[in-house]
Amino acid sequence: MSRKTRTSVGLVGLATAASLALAACGSSSGSDTASSTSSGGSAAAAGAGGSDKLAAALQKGGELTYWTWTPSAQAQVKAFEAAYPKVKVNLVNAGTGNDEYTKLQNAVKAGSGAPDVAQIEYFALPQFALSDSLLDLSGYGFSSLADRYGAGTFGSVSIGGKVYGLPQDSGPMALFYNKKVFAKDGVAVPKTWDEYVAAAKKIHAADPKAYITSDTGDAGMTTSLIWQAGGRPFRTDGTKVSVDLQDPGTKKWTAVWSQLIQGKLLSPTPGWTDDWYKQLGNGQIASLVTGAWMPGVLEGSVKAASGDWAVAPIPTYDGKPVTANNGGSAESVMKQSKTPDLAAAFLKWLNASPDSIKVFLANGGFPATKADLSSPEFVATKPAYFSGQAINEVLQGAANTVSAGWNYLPYQVYANSVFGDTVGKAYQGGGSLDDGLKAWQDAIVKYGKQQGFDVTAT
Amino acid sequence: MSIAAHRASARRSPRQRKSLALTAVMALFVTYSFVPLAYLVINATKSQDSLLSSFGLWFGDFRLFGNIRETLTYDHGIFLHWLGNTLLYVVLGAGGATVLATVAGYGMAKYAFPGRRAVFAVVLGAIAIPGTALAVPTFLLFSKIGLTNTPFAIILPSLVSPFGLYLIWTYAVDAVPGELLEAARLDGAGEIRIFFTIAVRLLSPGIVTVLLFAVVATWNNYFLPLIMLSNPKWYPLTVGLNQWSAQATGVAAHPIYNLVVTGSLLTILPIVAAFLLLQRYWQSGLSAGSVKQ
Repeated sequence: MSRKTRTSVGLVGLATAASLALAACGSSSGSDTASSTSSGGSAAAAGAGGSDKLAAALQKGGELTYWTWTPSAQAQVKAFEAAYPKVKVNLVNAGTGNDEYTKLQNAVKAGSGAPDVAQIEYFALPQFALSDSLLDLSGYGFSSLADRYGAGTFGSVSIGGKVYGLPQDSGPMALFYNKKVFAKDGVAVPKTWDEYVAAAKKIHAADPKAYITSDTGDAGMTTSLIWQAGGRPFRTDGTKVSVDLQDPGTKKWTAVWSQLIQGKLLSPTPGWTDDWYKQLGNGQIASLVTGAWMPGVLEGSVKAASGDWAVAPIPTYDGKPVTANNGGSAESVMKQSKTPDLAAAFLKWLNASPDSIKVFLANGGFPATKADLSSPEFVATKPAYFSGQAINEVLQGAANTVSAGWNYLPYQVYANSVFGDTVGKAYQGGGSLDDGLKAWQDAIVKYGKQQGFDVTAT
Repeated sequence: MSIAAHRASARRSPRQRKSLALTAVMALFVTYSFVPLAYLVINATKSQDSLLSSFGLWFGDFRLFGNIRETLTYDHGIFLHWLGNTLLYVVLGAGGATVLATVAGYGMAKYAFPGRRAVFAVVLGAIAIPGTALAVPTFLLFSKIGLTNTPFAIILPSLVSPFGLYLIWTYAVDAVPGELLEAARLDGAGEIRIFFTIAVRLLSPGIVTVLLFAVVATWNNYFLPLIMLSNPKWYPLTVGLNQWSAQATGVAAHPIYNLVVTGSLLTILPIVAAFLLLQRYWQSGLSAGSVKQ
């Protein structure tokens, strides 16, 4: 019992730490504007000789610290150090996602302790960029790398004309489904969301323990599905933020998803738990609408269902193919870095060089670079786990149909942390999804104002 | 333990009193407290696949030794590294906290000096603040002096145990008679000699109690190392195991629940051993003063 109390105290504390750190960022963002412009100026001056500077830094050598949780990092760093023996990279797994962000925020607030290069998910990147924690890389000529990546992916790392990182992977969403369950229940692969709801009813009717998918209220999944439905609830322009979680696109999504929630057609198993993995294996969770990085997870961790799963394009509202990104990370150079040239050189090698991306793909990553997405070798891969289906054809198609113009909040990490308190209630049968989104909007607006943003709700 | 006590009292009292309802409730509580432990022991014997596919409270395939080997060797034996760190933090942190609490508590109880009441108030106030609430301010402080991401960031805060100080203080008031100290002084013993030869012995049940609390608190400390340390090389077991558990989430997820469970089992074994070894001293300490001599 005491252990449990300790954990909950820890979690509360963690939230406090995160919000404290956030508060610090919000208040300091104004005063730091001057320093950011001055560094922007010097970077622009160096722009022409940007790549020479990187080459020189690599020749000179030095030491770097790199925070990441990507399993391929070890092999990538090894390959890098073999190519540039004068550079030593200290690889640190400072925790996954939010754990790492808490530490980064703390380091930013404390003024020291941040790594040179850090992995940051796309949803969290604006928060660090706008709190002036990341180095603007356009001075090194990184803007010209844009055409190597998908427009949506590179858009995620460029904010207000500045480049704050390079994409590592991408997560265009597709429908992963257990074809054995679908065949057993006589369900056709749904092409539209209406068909998906019908399939959900059929699967649950055939086996009361089986559900079409699991969703207990996940901010990342919700924002991605709103994105796909054409909703653009968050808009940011400098410190001006507007929030509209009742826009037509969002409504389109809630109209579908409410049917699943109210019909109790969603599995109550929280994602990423051992139960969840178990039910993905035994067919009680029959499909997942998720990012293109999922095959690696299924192959590695749901071995029991080998041969059962297949991939199809994500269901749409009107039959026209369109999808959104879910998950995915970039790497950024932290402003605290004492060797920014070297850090940028490492980053460029890490996410733009074929040598590094080859290693990344060999470790099950899903690329962000167009060349690798369309390489014949990649497209022709037919994993035995998916009984020889050329899944990358589907996933490549998804990558090409990610709808443009999506924005995350400049404090999305905080917003996601209060998602469960607001929208999460709707999943437990406490009110409608729309009411939950309204409550989330209220919390987002209130917090944003406290942090000094000019927030308007529509 | 409770059953033994029950039997002992039954033997002493002429009329045996049995209550079926109470026994049932006790049995329920015993089951309730042992289920998590049973879960841990049972599931430490399973492979990752069987952990997910078999019933949680019964055995699947038996892979305990394989799991232990894998736990100890996974990621170049980082688990042993974490174990070493935890031991370091416990020995220096909890050990140091006990020494400081003993010295200070004894001093507060046995020497009159100006400001004693103020110290009393401060200590009482400090007990009321949970360590978790102080973690963030402590982080900022340590970051200013450049001690974050070093073992000192864990050991130094662990050295302070207001509760231990308070416990030794109140214990020393009764356990070390003032007359004994005066007699020793008359015999020509210096204060330091009195402390080590007389006071420490009389205080030993109290010291062991404080040690036990400090060891458990440091061994289980999670939040402070979580925010202080970013390099896994310095993680204690608690933070390390959580990192293993977090590996099961999100892009490129790689769940190793079998190692998390086995690692947790290995993590609690030393603390169980410490508790069993130290608890008899603790018990004798708890009963002190309960009987008029």
